Amino acid sequence: MWDYTDKVMDHFKNPRNVGSIPNADGTGQVGSLVCGDALRLTIKVNKQTDVIEDAKFETFGCASAIASSSVLTEMVKGKTIAQASKITNQDIANELGSLPAEKMHCSVMGMEALEAAVQSYRQGGKPVVFEQEQEKIVCKCFNVSEEAIIKAIRTNHLTTVEDVTHFTKAGGACGQCKGEIQKILDKVNGACELPQQAPKPYDQMTLVEKIKAIEKVLEEEIRPKLNMDGGSVELVDLSGNTVKVRLTGMCSGCAGAQGTLKNFIEKVLQDRLFSGLSVEQA
Amino acid sequence: MPKIIYLDNNATTQCDPRVIEAMLPYFSEKYGNASSIHTFGGENRHVIDRARHTVADFINARYDDEIIFTSCASESDNTAIFSAVRANRQKKHIITSVVEHPAVLEPFRYLQTQGYRVDYIGVDELGRFNMDQFKAVLDEDTALVSVMWANSETGTIFPIEEIAKLAHEKGALFHTDAVQAGGKIPVDVQAAGVDMLSLSAHKFHGPKGIGVLYVKRGTRFLPYLMGGHQEKQRRAGTENVPYIVGIAKAAELAKKRLAEGTMDKVAALRDKLEQGILAQIPDVKVNGDPAHRVPNTTNISFGYIEGESILMYLNDFGICASSGSACTSGSLEPSHVLRAMKVPFQFAHGSIRFSLSDQTTQEDIDLVLKELPAIVKRLREISPFSRRA
Repeated sequence: MWDYTDKVMDHFKNPRNVGSIPNADGTGQVGSLVCGDALRLTIKVNKQTDVIEDAKFETFGCASAIASSSVLTEMVKGKTIAQASKITNQDIANELGSLPAEKMHCSVMGMEALEAAVQSYRQGGKPVVFEQEQEKIVCKCFNVSEEAIIKAIRTNHLTTVEDVTHFTKAGGACGQCKGEIQKILDKVNGACELPQQAPKPYDQMTLVEKIKAIEKVLEEEIRPKLNMDGGSVELVDLSGNTVKVRLTGMCSGCAGAQGTLKNFIEKVLQDRLFSGLSVEQA
Repeated sequence: MPKIIYLDNNATTQCDPRVIEAMLPYFSEKYGNASSIHTFGGENRHVIDRARHTVADFINARYDDEIIFTSCASESDNTAIFSAVRANRQKKHIITSVVEHPAVLEPFRYLQTQGYRVDYIGVDELGRFNMDQFKAVLDEDTALVSVMWANSETGTIFPIEEIAKLAHEKGALFHTDAVQAGGKIPVDVQAAGVDMLSLSAHKFHGPKGIGVLYVKRGTRFLPYLMGGHQEKQRRAGTENVPYIVGIAKAAELAKKRLAEGTMDKVAALRDKLEQGILAQIPDVKVNGDPAHRVPNTTNISFGYIEGESILMYLNDFGICASSGSACTSGSLEPSHVLRAMKVPFQFAHGSIRFSLSDQTTQEDIDLVLKELPAIVKRLREISPFSRRA
């Protein structure tokens, strides 16, 4: 059960402007039977004033798809082509009160059909099928391009992959492109984050910072390797540039302990932090 | 609100008033813990024993202790699957079908990530089990075969007996999710030769929140819920006495209905609905296997329109049904069952499942047949596809 607003229900039950304008000045189509929703929008435009005088739709889809199409025809009537081009999917959803998050792609379909109809008008009335740029298709199941995803993220301030799926359907079927959608999100939303600060050189760190840095290298790069042989290592002390450690588990008492200390732990710490470090058994 | 015409009985059924009446005392005056030493609680042990016998009788289990009460069929499915693989660790191959309930599919997908070889047996355009594919993948390494008795969306019945026999020939355990079969057709675990079987009370006029896992004696079993001696240490948790009484009463009534031929009357109503729709509305298609189908279910696709829209118009007349359309589920793809059957997209999105029960009346069916053609016509007028079709 969906929480549809009264206005969505009204436009679903009493759709305005159903049909097709004969000899339309602009015809935009989006979606297909495969996708589960499709919209065909026809507009009649006054060529002197560029004002949209009439608009009609035909929609295959659920209640929110029909309502989004219906309300869109009301919104564009009386507007100039330039004004109508500025209508976003968010405007369509707002006009309906709201749409459930999972149904926002219905409003996006409205926006795309309008874009196609406007393009059709500008090209002399030949019907235009809204198409994503083939080479940048991210979601192959629903044929959604990177461009469409970026637009949805920017227009609707989306932050999660789930959001993107609700608005564009991308990632809603096999889910293989979810990683790619996350990357697009990171790219679009990450643009306003502060640039990362360069790490401080080891010799300029305070004592606590040095200890933390050593511990971090031990945890991330050294222990996982030792763990594989059933051993581990503890940081015991830091005096000057001498790192004192204790090998534990299978490593303690291991004949190769000294080799591990010098050839592995010391080498990694020198490489990651400071070439003057030496490692000793505590 | 108009009178409710309830044709969504595969989703859930109305709890029978006689079931509720039987349950009520065990909420109030007879609230004792069946595991207690005192007579007040301990008496409920006998109540559970009787209920277990009734349920065993319902599915023709040989021994009462083959019945384990669970919280739902999803729990029964999960328990059966994980028990089968944990109790047979040397085997690393499991088999199910592509059209199972998610309570079976998801554990299989999980086990796939844990290194199990998994085969999902496909179906043909009528939703029939692909026996050749099954025979080809089944081998001595197969620990478990889990295949549903009847499909929830189309009502198609699988040849459980034959599948169980083949599984046993290779030494595999056989489990069946019989949720959509229980109460609709006779379920006989001995005749079918199953090792484990899941049932849910609320699909046959029992309460929600209680299920059954049948485990044949001698089947190696490891519990899913641990930490209690209940159900002979096979399912921890204080016995849910009122619901156990409820499922037993529902099973008793369901058995009676089957014996009296009530389900044949349901089938006649279902056929009337189906024939009426096919006669009145063009571009429709029945999904499923008409020759092997539970008596209460019909799944019909209306070409060029979308299922949620149809349901919402039906809702105005109080008619409750469901759809395999993408839009109704919140997922974006149409039902995995219809896709597995390769139902064309123009039909898959517009599929409606009507599932009747013994409570369905002639008047209910007449109302659907009266209102539905106009709804379909109206939606097709809006659709950009039907005009040119």
